Amino acid sequence: MIDVSKIRKDFPMFNNKTQQGHTLCYLDNAATTFKPYSVIEACNEYYLNDNANAHRGDYDLAYKVDKKVDEVRQKVANFINAEKIEIVFTSGTSMSMNMIAFGYGIKFLNKGDEILLTEAEHASNVLPWFKVAEMTGAVIKYIPLTDEGRLTVENLKSVLTEKTKVVSVAQVTNVLGFLSDMKAICKLVHETTDAIVICDGAQSVPHIKVDVKDMDCDFLSFSAHKMCGPTGIGVLYGKYSLLQKTDVLMSGGGDNARFDMCGNVAYLQPPAKFEAGTMNLEGIYGFGAAIDYLNSIGMENIESYEKELRKYAISKLKTLQNLIIYNENADSGIITLNVKGVFPQDEASYLNSKGICVRSGEHCAKLLKDRLGAGGTIRVSIYFYNTKEEIDQLYEALKNGGDFLDAYFN
Amino acid sequence: MPISINPQIMREIIMDHYSNPIHKGVPENKDDFLSVRMDSDSCIDDITIYLKVENDVVKESYFEGIACTISTASTDILCDLVLDKSKKDALYVIEQYQNMIYEKEFDEEAVGELIAFVNTHKQAARIKCATLGSLGIKELLEDKKDV
Repeated sequence: MIDVSKIRKDFPMFNNKTQQGHTLCYLDNAATTFKPYSVIEACNEYYLNDNANAHRGDYDLAYKVDKKVDEVRQKVANFINAEKIEIVFTSGTSMSMNMIAFGYGIKFLNKGDEILLTEAEHASNVLPWFKVAEMTGAVIKYIPLTDEGRLTVENLKSVLTEKTKVVSVAQVTNVLGFLSDMKAICKLVHETTDAIVICDGAQSVPHIKVDVKDMDCDFLSFSAHKMCGPTGIGVLYGKYSLLQKTDVLMSGGGDNARFDMCGNVAYLQPPAKFEAGTMNLEGIYGFGAAIDYLNSIGMENIESYEKELRKYAISKLKTLQNLIIYNENADSGIITLNVKGVFPQDEASYLNSKGICVRSGEHCAKLLKDRLGAGGTIRVSIYFYNTKEEIDQLYEALKNGGDFLDAYFN
Repeated sequence: MPISINPQIMREIIMDHYSNPIHKGVPENKDDFLSVRMDSDSCIDDITIYLKVENDVVKESYFEGIACTISTASTDILCDLVLDKSKKDALYVIEQYQNMIYEKEFDEEAVGELIAFVNTHKQAARIKCATLGSLGIKELLEDKKDV
């Protein structure tokens, strides 16, 4: 079991931080997470002791950096049960999703082919496909969600056809926090079509054990900063044969073996062919430390603790008559709500005045607006370092949440 | 900085203009109006402002869209304050309001009911809300073309 008070000592952001005169209560972990000292130290380690470029040095220091990048790639691979050569470092989920859309989608989709998304997807899993559709003539279709906003295999079945070439969905959606049965989804898609399944793992990989071999997705994207790692570093996982077929979105230094002035290029094999330019090396150092940190706690422990904390939060918040909770039955640490009659941003700024950080707005899933029937929502998102006391702090604030102009006149 | 009205009245001003905005709506003959759509880059506020300027004087003002209390109320009050003012005088109001928001010296008389937003700096994340409408009106008034 998790010892949260011990864990919190690992994070500088829990060291007597206040906001608006209250103890800082950070409940916006779906946006980004706090970093433990070990991650910050690992980033520093690059600049303090190893500061060389990867891939192109003939000296010890550069070799050390190459070795470290290789080690972290292996750590990432182990973390999701992939092969090391299937791990491409990117700047984060958005870049990974764009690399698939533009490197695979534009190359292989044709007029009339169908791309299946849901209305709950993050902008990074919608907008690149708009462009792909525009450029190839492929058509975007939305898999219907259940009334509460869940993606089910049955609903996927209703729109899956032989024209389907891409199914791109989040394992855990970023507004409603429902966990989709990706294994069953991949099985259905692979058994009945020749489509690929792209899994947006931004909100799942940090919170639950993800095994790409067991899931059998074709691509998976996620970001380090949502799992205690640094910003600006993330992962594109792809089955190796698919990575080989996928074109590079960005080319340049470090991704080719040779080229000549007649336009002949010999690209390196994946993952190197996708990693042109100097990578975010300090980010890779920190990412490795983040994975070590999560492993030291254990993903199973993280998952069960978050479940318990969510249960506690829902049971308390449900007693407040002034709240509308939109995803009571969701599986993740994301709780989406509104205070009746209060514009979400007004509420979020009231919570700010009580020291509480939450996100208000459409959370990039602008397509979901019609379904929720709300112009926007408050999103509370927890991580393994949050406590019942913080939920209580939220509860107390929301209890008086109708009086949101207090924030202005306290 | 002199704050001559009490918080309860400031609350009432904001809530009143939020719940019952006077200038909310799309004008008939909207083609006769200057208009600008103001999307906030940091939240879901999304309003369109309509101004009718004749002989250098603001004759009519409207706004429409989805926005929070702070954006809605401040835009509604501003729509009222610029009415029947010359462009120059209207821009003066906006300048004074911006000064107030950014904690500079300001002309309390010019900002009128906008004084209700004098504490915005305490909630710095709301500065964008409080200034969304004023930036739109300013953009329209500074536009060289007259309708």
